[in-house]
Amino acid sequence: MSREEALRVEDLKVYYMTEKGYVRAVDEVSFNLSKGESLAIVGESGSGKSTLGMTLIRALPKNASIVSGRAYIFGDEILSISLQDFRRKFSWRLISMVFQGAMNSLNPVLKVGDQVAEPLIYSGGLPKEEARRRATETIETVGLPREFYNRYPHELSGGMKQRIVIAMALVMNPQILILDEPTSALDVTIQAQIINLIKDLIDKLGLSVIFITHDLALASDIADRIMVMYGGQIMELGSTDRVLGEGPKHPYTEKLLSSIPRLRGEGMPDFIPGRPPDLSSPPPGCRFHPRCPYVFDRCMKEEPPLFNINSTHLVKCWLRGD
Amino acid sequence: MEEVIRLENVKKYYEVRRGFLGSQSLKALDGVSLNIKKKETLAVVGESGCGKSTLGRVSLRLLDATDGRVFFKGQDITMLSEKELRDKSFRKKMQIVFQDPYSSLNPFMRIGNIISEPLEIHGYAREETREAVLKALEDVKLVPPEDFLNRYPHELSGGQRQRVNIARALVLGPEYIVADEPVSMIDASSRAEILLLLKSIRDSREMGVMYITHDIATARYVSEKIAVMYMGEVAETGPSSSVLRNPIHPYTILLLNSVPEPNPANRRTRRLVIKGEPPSPINPPSGCKFHTRCPIATERCRTERPSLVEYAPGQLVACHRAEEVIKGSVTVA
Ligand SMILES: Nc1ncnc2c1ncn2[C@@H]1O[C@H](COP(=O)(O)OP(=O)(O)OP(=O)(O)O)[C@@H](O)[C@H]1O
Ligand SMILES: Nc1ncnc2c1ncn2[C@@H]1O[C@H](COP(=O)(O)OP(=O)(O)OP(=O)(O)O)[C@@H](O)[C@H]1O
Ligand code: SF4
Ligand SMILES: [Mg+2]
Ligand SMILES: [Mg+2]
Repeated sequence: MSREEALRVEDLKVYYMTEKGYVRAVDEVSFNLSKGESLAIVGESGSGKSTLGMTLIRALPKNASIVSGRAYIFGDEILSISLQDFRRKFSWRLISMVFQGAMNSLNPVLKVGDQVAEPLIYSGGLPKEEARRRATETIETVGLPREFYNRYPHELSGGMKQRIVIAMALVMNPQILILDEPTSALDVTIQAQIINLIKDLIDKLGLSVIFITHDLALASDIADRIMVMYGGQIMELGSTDRVLGEGPKHPYTEKLLSSIPRLRGEGMPDFIPGRPPDLSSPPPGCRFHPRCPYVFDRCMKEEPPLFNINSTHLVKCWLRGD
Repeated sequence: MEEVIRLENVKKYYEVRRGFLGSQSLKALDGVSLNIKKKETLAVVGESGCGKSTLGRVSLRLLDATDGRVFFKGQDITMLSEKELRDKSFRKKMQIVFQDPYSSLNPFMRIGNIISEPLEIHGYAREETREAVLKALEDVKLVPPEDFLNRYPHELSGGQRQRVNIARALVLGPEYIVADEPVSMIDASSRAEILLLLKSIRDSREMGVMYITHDIATARYVSEKIAVMYMGEVAETGPSSSVLRNPIHPYTILLLNSVPEPNPANRRTRRLVIKGEPPSPINPPSGCKFHTRCPIATERCRTERPSLVEYAPGQLVACHRAEEVIKGSVTVA
């Protein structure tokens, strides 16, 4: 069954300009997302997850530049058009993002409801009363009582604030929602509640979701497909059933999976020695080679392509092709 | 094995201002007892605000208990003054490792100086200092130590910085360490490495450790015992394997249920969650503090506070319905 394509990203490269030179935060990334599908982007700190998300909503910092690549939302290219056009046609109403740490950057002196209503007024041009009504509805959609409209951020717990920033992203009924580490600052008990909420929203609103997390276990909770990033590149991309059910095919994913502490079972959790690459001078060959337990000659010299190990499962490793 | 730390019925109340209501007391710890032996780790787990850090600090005498007693190697240190604590070397023997590897290190100091600072404060000689610093760096596997002495924190990864923090806590040769969320800000792929390191140092230096964490799944790898806290009280405690394999308190059962495991079947189900959030600690619920969120609470739970009772070897639970949960005549999840 092929579903309508909500998003397609082709050969995207996003570099930051720094004193040390170019930081290749996103390097040759291509993927797509179907309508109603959820894709998890998983990887360690600094792997380029947030940069990728911010590129797709055209919110990159000034020192970043899109070196190459295209992205299409329901067939329309969004990276080459003017920022004005993007904001008018795409921001909030087709694609929106809950930023990493957003719950801590709510405006302390504004009622949270007015903050949820903001995009409706400034981007949607709705009159205040109508915006207020729609914002209240959305606050209920994310599982908070309507009276919460009049509360201030300091009157809310972490979980409640997270619901508010999700409401903000949803208030103009986007088709595509990017969630950047929406639960990493929360207790597991509250995290589980938010995850259930996100699942409900996906089902109820038919959203296409990009769920950014460093936690592979959490990814399995939400995602139809998993995309594992390392050093700005895709290492493995496949359905959750394949990647976690049958088992990872990339050494990095394999190590990441075995690093997760388990409540049951034998043995100690594993770890990956060393540290992620410096993206201003990434290692030659495979970017993971300095930390890879299976490294051999070729890995140090030649960069492996993303091998198609079946039509829907891609792996960037010399062990998987030639 | 020799006992390093013992707390007896420790209470810690904070006075908090509530505008025109004047001040009220917040019971951050409400009668906690525990002990930790040499070469033993107690993991303290529970939601944010349940009193974990307060407990760690009271056990180190960095905070004064409102009530109850603190013993270090059998000596009552509850009432000792700061001067006595220092003069009798208690301060040296009890150390803390903080959560944040980023802000806890002075960015303008070299690693060598960061680690030697506590020794200088305690007036150690130069040669002695150098030796202790090198030994500490070796213990935390920042090797060869000479390579790290002159570096600055920003030249290290999060995991390496956390090792510096640990080395700094080790130089004075402590016998008791509180590790307050030592890996929560480190990449998941390096956490196990740091935790296993901490465990092996604990064994080689024969220390007792209080490991404070949100992440109950890591507890079983490094700790022999667990204390699950809820709103300033211990809900359940016992050998880690028993508490994790056969949890009895409804809170422990549901907390364990909230932990995600990597399984593709997850996305087809909804996780059973603990409803709501912990109530205000200024106005805690009567009876069992968990009753407002507990799926099996009864009238008795609303009025009568349950006390810790031993239900399995070493496993103590504060729940009126523990017996029924064990028999299976009532199910929580
Ligand atoms: N404004 C910036 N200027 C220069 N470099 C940057 C900037 N923002 C990010 N980077 C670098 O780009 C790379 C990718 O960063 P990014 O924030 O996208 O990673 P991430 O996967 O989201 O990490 P985390 O899990 O820590 O949020 C990193 O090497 C980071 O240091
Ligand atoms: N100095 C203080 N003054 C007043 N209240 C305090 C103070 N320190 C902590 N508290 C309160 O005491 C309770 C316990 O706090 P504590 O920091 O010990 O919890 P915790 O379990 O360590 O939480 P976290 O997991 O968020 O670190 C909380 O309700 C907190 O708000
Ligand atoms: S005492 Fe009652 S309310 Fe408290 S945990 Fe047990 S059953 Fe639940
Ligand atoms: Mg990020
Ligand atoms: Mg704390």
